[in-house]
Amino acid sequence: MIKAILIFNNHGKPRLIRFYQYFAEDMQQQIIRETFHLVSKRDDNVCNFLEGGSLIGGSDYKLIYRHYATLYFVFCVDSSESELGILDLIQVFVETLDKCFENVCELDLIFHMDKVHYILQEVVMGGMVLETNMNEIVAQVEVQNRMEKSESLVGSVAKNGHVTFPT
Amino acid sequence: MALKIVKGSIDRMFDKNLQDLVRGIRNHKEDEAKYISTCIDEIKQELKQDNIAVKANAVCKLTYLQMLGYDVSWAAFNIVEVMSSSKFTYKRIGYLAASQCFHESTDVIMLTTNQIRKDLSSPNQYDTGVALTGLSCFVTPDLARDLANDIMTLVSHGDCVKRKRCSVLIMYKVFLKYPESLRPAFPRLKEKLEDPDPGVQSAAVNVICELARRNPKNYLSLAPLFFKLMTSSTNNWVLIKIIKLFGALTPLEPRLGKKLIEPLTNLIHSTSAMSLLYECVNTVIAGQYCSSVGSVVLCVQKLRILIEDSDQNLKYLGLLAMSKILKTHPKSVQSHKDLILQCLDDKDESIRLRALDLLYGMVSKKNLMEIVKKLMLHVDKAEGTTYRDELLTKIIDICSQSNYQYITNFEWSVSQPVTPHPPGISVSWWTIRVFAVAQMATLLDNAHLLTGSMQRNGICEVLYAAAWICGEFSEHLENPLQTLEAMLRPKVATLPGHIQAVYVQNAAKLFATVLKSQEGNTDSTTAQETSQLMIDRLPLFVQSANLEVQERASCILQLVKYIQKLQQKDVEVAEEVIALFAGELNPVAPKAQKKVPVPEGLDLDAWINEPPSESESEDEQPKAIFAKEEPKHSRPRHTEVDEKELARRREARKQEQANNPFYIKASPSSQKVYQDAPGVEHIPVVQIDLSVPLKVPGLPMSDQYVKLEEERRQKERAEKKKKEKKKRKEKRSGRGKKHDSGPESEEDITPAHMVDIVTEEMPENALPSDDDDKDPNDPHKILSLHFFGPFQVVVSVIFENKCDSFLKSMEFNVLDSLNSKLQRPEGSGPHDGLTVPFQLPPGVSNEARFVFTVQSIVMPQKLKGTLTFIVKDSSTHEKLDFKLHFTCTSYLITTPCYSDAFAKLLESGDLKGSSVRLEGVNMPFHHLLARICFHHHFSVVERIDSCASMYSRSIQGHHVCLLVKTSGQTVSIDAKCDEPTLLGNVLDEIKQTFSQC
Repeated sequence: MIKAILIFNNHGKPRLIRFYQYFAEDMQQQIIRETFHLVSKRDDNVCNFLEGGSLIGGSDYKLIYRHYATLYFVFCVDSSESELGILDLIQVFVETLDKCFENVCELDLIFHMDKVHYILQEVVMGGMVLETNMNEIVAQVEVQNRMEKSESLVGSVAKNGHVTFPT
Repeated sequence: MALKIVKGSIDRMFDKNLQDLVRGIRNHKEDEAKYISTCIDEIKQELKQDNIAVKANAVCKLTYLQMLGYDVSWAAFNIVEVMSSSKFTYKRIGYLAASQCFHESTDVIMLTTNQIRKDLSSPNQYDTGVALTGLSCFVTPDLARDLANDIMTLVSHGDCVKRKRCSVLIMYKVFLKYPESLRPAFPRLKEKLEDPDPGVQSAAVNVICELARRNPKNYLSLAPLFFKLMTSSTNNWVLIKIIKLFGALTPLEPRLGKKLIEPLTNLIHSTSAMSLLYECVNTVIAGQYCSSVGSVVLCVQKLRILIEDSDQNLKYLGLLAMSKILKTHPKSVQSHKDLILQCLDDKDESIRLRALDLLYGMVSKKNLMEIVKKLMLHVDKAEGTTYRDELLTKIIDICSQSNYQYITNFEWSVSQPVTPHPPGISVSWWTIRVFAVAQMATLLDNAHLLTGSMQRNGICEVLYAAAWICGEFSEHLENPLQTLEAMLRPKVATLPGHIQAVYVQNAAKLFATVLKSQEGNTDSTTAQETSQLMIDRLPLFVQSANLEVQERASCILQLVKYIQKLQQKDVEVAEEVIALFAGELNPVAPKAQKKVPVPEGLDLDAWINEPPSESESEDEQPKAIFAKEEPKHSRPRHTEVDEKELARRREARKQEQANNPFYIKASPSSQKVYQDAPGVEHIPVVQIDLSVPLKVPGLPMSDQYVKLEEERRQKERAEKKKKEKKKRKEKRSGRGKKHDSGPESEEDITPAHMVDIVTEEMPENALPSDDDDKDPNDPHKILSLHFFGPFQVVVSVIFENKCDSFLKSMEFNVLDSLNSKLQRPEGSGPHDGLTVPFQLPPGVSNEARFVFTVQSIVMPQKLKGTLTFIVKDSSTHEKLDFKLHFTCTSYLITTPCYSDAFAKLLESGDLKGSSVRLEGVNMPFHHLLARICFHHHFSVVERIDSCASMYSRSIQGHHVCLLVKTSGQTVSIDAKCDEPTLLGNVLDEIKQTFSQC
């Protein structure tokens, strides 16, 4: 099981948090701080696994993370997940973001946290891996984005009284 | 243009959207909290509006603020409102917010049941998807109970793949919250394991793996299905999950482990995905108790590749898995010491720590010094304090592991500044005392360095030991005065109290030594100066806050003052002073107390006086010390209990397996596994066993049987009494491990005479006590005991009275050899016989068991023995001679081995070869093989035409590999084994088997 997915930047500012078990907000922030403290002092050329965090799930708890430019993607998992598998999954997730946002950068995540959540929902559901194929994920995200667009179109038609087409 | 205006007005209506909020927060870095609180006020206003779009926008912003740590649960009701919007856009926002902040105690959650149910059955699959995703995060027991049916409907009738997948996944959450739903839903879930859509299949695997992790036993029944999936699936995610699941199942079901080895090794060889490879290796390791050494060797090789990789992640995982192997197969890991030592130089701390963990298990007498030297270099280089502390702890652990069993050179050990020096070492190792004392004196002299630079807790403890050693063995000091001076330095007062106390006491000892050395010297200034030094320095300790230090110091101070007075009168005092500390402390073996014979008539348990009252007994400290000593006559006979216990457990397990419909494979014998392999299916191993007559003359121990029979007949003729011993041997290894893998038929014909080889589990003998080994003065030390030996062998002897008279007072005795000894009760001499615990009426047989200790299993043993008994009618003493034959074969265990593992084993080069030729063997090849299997406990690894490879393993883990070839009537056996003596003897026994047919 994936217990939590945290994305924060090089200064520890959270960009997305997704806990699959309940923690109160202050506890969530503490977990983010602790996790940031653990991963931020590690060089880039060291391994991507960390044991020793204590906040989630006790001893059966591992941090698997990747560091891309200004962002850390951290997955907190228990021993039922394959370490290398999760590393691949992070890569898939980031590549998907890159595709959906066209050259994703930290700003995209800052301003579109909701969209990042929707993409993540296509990858992991309730702590379990739902889909690992990037094209599938992108296709699902796009369908839903189209639905959203068509709904906003219908909405503006209704308000305006005219039939218009998106430019 | 018109549109733009309208859109603009709508935008204005939403005062701020998420992007505006984010931008605003970024622009108010100084007063972020204040800005956010105004934003929250705005949001509250927005939530009051009727417009759902405004509400949704507000909820979206709240989700963002929640991430920043703000509690937004006050808006829970509004979130529910947004969730129930008919528009996908808003619904999605609502569910996202709910999934971020709803939990079991959110009370509005009960309002959502109907809405969620509606969404689940919505014609729009994305509404369903959004609802399921949200539900997966905030499902409560009530929701799970109310919605379980709706979710089941989706699972079985879902037309859309996406919906199916999500609903399968969410089942796990529902089971967690509402366990009653598991039973009715399980069949459907199981069905999904074979769903045509790989995504649905993968979801089902995922759910079952999670369930099985919590309670693996219940899911053993699915193993065949998973086995099928494992061999057919190409999805690495699914494979990884299944293989991980098997890792949890194999410890419960050893047969599964055996079955898995082949597909797992195939995957290990074929896959290019490192993640898959790693999980395969992990699972093989998890099942290693039953897997062959060959597969472990393969794993270690693969792990080595991982560790050698430049990818730090692979390196780390490789070391992690290696440490799991280390627990059971330390030898296979030890051969990669070079690599692991190399990892200590890695720049990555996690990797270094992993390597350190591994080192602990790899230390041997040979490499200890080398490893510690290397670690010491690292201590000097280490930058982080955590890592340095870890290093020091590890060094100490490594050195002190198993009570210093690996330290061969104590001189070296005491020269290491960080190793702990319990005075015990120096006491036991009197040979190095002189050296130790010199070292310790230097240490004391430089104590300021030690205390100054390292104020770590543990490090000054070494001074405690050093002071004691210097005081106690002060006669070995070159310059006791200098050491005395060092011990009385004012800086000592900064040390912990208990160390100071030892300093003071031992200063007195040194003082005595100095006086002694100055005795007879005409110039008494040195002696007097020493007294003065004591008188000058001791008051410092008299003022100590520590009572112990104070008390000792003031005692000694008064003593020295008195001595000084005597010195001034030119009285010779040295003898008297030294008498204070007279008597050399000799090493005492830990068992010494036990071995002191209790004088006759002394009952240690009896009260000397009337038992004291409750309150008094608390003060009776000394009594407690003796109470700890185990009365030696009460040593329990564990072997028999173990034997019975083993049999009982085996029986229980068979019963359980027979009753368990989920039991994987009711294979009657391990050989059956091989029958699947091409080329060997026509070897009727099991059937042949049955056809072999019980008393076939080819039995390895038949010679002694014949002899016994002859002796018996002579006796019979002379005395008209008969006794018969049928014998056959059967061995079984102990350790609580069940080896019922041997052919059932063999067990069915369980012979009259059994040899049970039980590796002892008794606490007293379990491991040859290190202290015994170490103590050269211990008169009770018999032999240097090997790591493995001695083994206990239980011999069952059946006594059958074939005469017409009643036999009683039977005594069984065996002439011990160096290697094999009959275990006799404590206190009896080495030639005393054992009373057979029953009498024999005519025509009756009964079984008695005798325990032997066997030092080495590489050689066969023939023990001569006699049985004495009284014939009741004539009241005459009679005697019957016999021989007991312990063949090497009887120490072999039928152990299956796969061909690739077998090949690895041969390649490894650790085995030494030998060969034998049998002439005139006139039997079909498969009979020949079956005979070797049956009589000598081998299993066939592979057979090609008239050539076969066979494998067996000794109870000490020696591998015995045979290559049997036949041409005409000549059979050649090329054999390899890691123990040449054992191999030679086994081959001789095989030869004998065939020379008699």
